[in-house]
Amino acid sequence: MNPATGDTAVLEISELDIALAGDKGPTQLVDRVGFSIPRGQAFGLVGESGCGKSITALAVMGLLRAPLMRSSGQIMLDGRNIAGASEAEMRKLRGRHVSMIFQEPMTALNPLQPIGRQIAEMFVLHEGATWKEADARAIEALRHVRVPAPERRARDYPHQLSGGMRQRVMIAIALACRPKLLVADEPTTALDVTVQAEIVELMATVCAAQGTAILMISHDLGLVARMCTEIAVMYAGRIVEQGTAGDLLRAPRHPYTQGLIGAVPRLGARAAGGRRKLAEIEGVVPAPASFPGGCRFHPRCSRATGVCHTDVPLAKPRPGGGVVCCHHDG
Amino acid sequence: MLRLILKRVVNMVPTIAGVALVVFVLFSVIPGSFISSLMDDGRGGMDPAVVERMRRELGLDDPVAVRIVRYLGQLVVGDLGTSFRTREPVTRLIGQRLGASLELTFAAMGFAMLVGIPLGFYAALRPGSLIDTAAMIAAVSGLSLPKFWLGLMLMYLFAEYLHWLPSFGYGGWEHLILPALALGVSPMALLARTTRASVLEVINADFVRTARSKGMSETRVVTWHVARNALLLVLTTVGLQFGALMGQAVVVEKLFSWPGLGGLLVDSVVQRDIPAVQGGILVIVLFFLVINMLVDIAYVVIDPRIRAG
Ligand SMILES: Nc1ncnc2c1ncn2[C@@H]1O[C@H](COP(=O)(O)OP(=O)(O)O)[C@@H](O)[C@H]1O
Ligand code: SF4
Ligand SMILES: [Mg+2]
Repeated sequence: MNPATGDTAVLEISELDIALAGDKGPTQLVDRVGFSIPRGQAFGLVGESGCGKSITALAVMGLLRAPLMRSSGQIMLDGRNIAGASEAEMRKLRGRHVSMIFQEPMTALNPLQPIGRQIAEMFVLHEGATWKEADARAIEALRHVRVPAPERRARDYPHQLSGGMRQRVMIAIALACRPKLLVADEPTTALDVTVQAEIVELMATVCAAQGTAILMISHDLGLVARMCTEIAVMYAGRIVEQGTAGDLLRAPRHPYTQGLIGAVPRLGARAAGGRRKLAEIEGVVPAPASFPGGCRFHPRCSRATGVCHTDVPLAKPRPGGGVVCCHHDG
Repeated sequence: MLRLILKRVVNMVPTIAGVALVVFVLFSVIPGSFISSLMDDGRGGMDPAVVERMRRELGLDDPVAVRIVRYLGQLVVGDLGTSFRTREPVTRLIGQRLGASLELTFAAMGFAMLVGIPLGFYAALRPGSLIDTAAMIAAVSGLSLPKFWLGLMLMYLFAEYLHWLPSFGYGGWEHLILPALALGVSPMALLARTTRASVLEVINADFVRTARSKGMSETRVVTWHVARNALLLVLTTVGLQFGALMGQAVVVEKLFSWPGLGGLLVDSVVQRDIPAVQGGILVIVLFFLVINMLVDIAYVVIDPRIRAG
């Protein structure tokens, strides 16, 4: 619930744990992650590769498959707890209330089916349309995501389309039934730089126009900052800092966030202006089986002290709003 | 499409000519001839003059090169020559037996596909389950059983012991079952394994995840999105197995006294009836080529990526 408006959030995650079942017992991949997305708002989830962003997204879709599983925590989709939902109920939510775009447009579409059909399938599945109606509406959906000559394109197969075009088709599929939430997992990472901006802009405008909230997932803080109101930064399965996009960029408090900004040249130059010289973060995200104790970022952190090795930093309010999890933030 | 078919047919010509050539040369260099095989039959005391006349009549006196050219020339007009043994045109001999061979081959392949593909699917959808394990053990053992031995076992069990089916001969469907099983079990096993592997590969593909994220039932995901893509991968195996089956049928046909090309080939080889052997082998090769052409055409029809290229 949003206390200000009394409106339920589109997505509300609390204390989400995701584990990987294994021979030697489960490995925890995502640890007590929580955030909520108000109606129609764009929310960013940022972190390097391997931080647990994609599996968090799959958990929201109810698409975690063994050996991955949601081991505890709540996911409320539009006020409904998906933990209690049966697979049949989940199917009705998927595509209709929440849908997803994936990183790889080249492989995300069925190679043997014309793209128009793959969009039309949504209307048949969720709105009981006949294939004839659905095919016609698919052409409109293509026009909506600004695919040129949609009547002709609808009959094309995925291999006949560029990466950018395929991602437009994925957007058309995802938004076909006007869902309340769009989960976009690195939607532009596999695309040419020139196409990236177009796709982000398209997603933002279409979602804004139909009131769809976005969970935008990326390793690129700059990109996320441009389109989202609020951002959560994730490291090694935990959220380490969260706040409004502007404030997080202007005054990052967690060393990891500061490092990420340092890794974004143009924005970094502005954000770090005169304050502190920020180098790119050394090293890589550890594997979940060997997450260090205390603050998981300590092996890579230049500010780490003894307490960082032993105590998990708890969330504390940031001066500019939001939270940060660091013993020596600032 | 028509151009593709035409191109494939034209491509077959050198293959067939090559096979004809190899078989011809082989039978010219291995010891023994039709006439010596007659003598082995106990007609050793043949008049040298008769032998001389037969050699001339059968054209065995001409140099190999001349005989090859003559044979290939006949082949062009669809003439497979005259059998040494029966003095009948080889085309007629083959014509009398091709029907039975096709019947057996299609029955065996039909069995292999109808059982193997669903079995592979079922196993893949429940990986690691008891049924998966059992099916795959059965499939592997089916793959390694020699056809001749399997045929004997089937014959013993269902004909001699249970008296459910006739042990040999040709006639109604009851005659077809045992030889078709003997021939079809190994391609069935291979198809089950290939299908299982293909389904497991496709079911983890990104587009299947997309299909799930669209909110469709798992049944629909499997039947609409997984099945077609997986079957595309199985098609190659179907073609290769099917194509080779008529050749493999020779042993089974002989065992079950099935009046197909198998019997003709075995008898003709023993007696060095070169035109008949040549003809039989060419038909088997042609069958292989035609089946594989049909598979290629099926690919073009099913897979838009090939259609365009
Ligand atoms: N199906 C899976 N099986 C085993 N480990 C997985 C699986 N999916 C993800 N992981 C592990 O979970 C962690 C988080 O992965 P992911 O969510 O894909 O990260 P991100 O999207 O942030 O790059 C990684 O260490 C990854 O190796
Ligand atoms: S808690 Fe310690 S190790 Fe972790 S980010 Fe803060 S200073 Fe670095
Ligand atoms: Mg990812």
